[in-house]
Amino acid sequence: MKIFFNGEEMHVEDGVTLTDLVAGLIVDTRGVAIERNLAIVMKSKWDQTILADGDRLECVQFVGGGF
Amino acid sequence: MGEPTSTLALDDSWQVAGRRFSSRLIIGTGKYKDYAQNAAAAEAAGAEIVTVALRRINLSDPTQPRLTDFIDPKRYTFLPNTAGCFTAEDALRTLRLAREAGGWSLVKLEVLSDQKTLYPDMIETLAATQVLVKEGFDVMVYCSDDPVFARRLEDAGACAIMPLGAPIGSGLGIQNPVNIRLIVEAARVPVLVDAGVGTASDAAVAMELGCDGVLMNTAIAEAKNPVRMARAMKYAVQAGRDAYLAGRMGKKRYADPSSPLAGLI
Repeated sequence: MKIFFNGEEMHVEDGVTLTDLVAGLIVDTRGVAIERNLAIVMKSKWDQTILADGDRLECVQFVGGGF
Repeated sequence: MGEPTSTLALDDSWQVAGRRFSSRLIIGTGKYKDYAQNAAAAEAAGAEIVTVALRRINLSDPTQPRLTDFIDPKRYTFLPNTAGCFTAEDALRTLRLAREAGGWSLVKLEVLSDQKTLYPDMIETLAATQVLVKEGFDVMVYCSDDPVFARRLEDAGACAIMPLGAPIGSGLGIQNPVNIRLIVEAARVPVLVDAGVGTASDAAVAMELGCDGVLMNTAIAEAKNPVRMARAMKYAVQAGRDAYLAGRMGKKRYADPSSPLAGLI
């Protein structure tokens, strides 16, 4: 199935959780937050979150920035 | 004799949303050559709070340096800000994500109107402030230097009012000292000049107007020597604060000799 991760199209297997997806993409998940279809998924819920076709994920972290 | 200098309040700390800080200079973490230079500037500025932004994680280059490897969130208070947001909705999304990412509830809200001026959109800013306060955020709000809107923000529960001195990144200095002073006199929460400072004297002017602090980024990051400018800003903020507390002399239209007139030969 197809999902969008930070705007990029990706193909993932059925039944994949957010934890599985993140493990393959991000080495260090400290300070990372994820929004799924505009709703925040708390880190503690990543492993219970099974991705669905068409999911739009935004994955962010802190970077340098002024104003 | 006045107070001996040893008793002149060294503990001139300030508080925002129940958190106490001794440095009155908040610096940004954008536009630096690299995070190492940014860290050196934060050190030289004596800053205790740094603003940070939230952006999509970079998957194409996971080896990219991370801000937190250079600026320790245990040592500095990270102040997530909504730079780049042009609607209340975008700002709300950003700060909710920031709270999830870092666990901090103290945030800086800014909602901009257009790319050319980056002037705050006060209607959207007020709307976002109201929602964030309801959701339990402590919101420091970037705003125009309109004393009426400043009061509205305070009524909405903003924990700090942060009027611009001049447009973001312009370095023009405090364009409307009268309004900044009106805001300071009316506010019951800290007032910080946010944006517009170009050089040390601008920061001193903000503090002499009675502001509780100054927030800046470009003035330090785009100086020829950012670390030295960071130090200059530290001293300017301290000098301006001391001058404000000391109470300046009255202005006179004519000269007034400093040496006694009696006993002239």
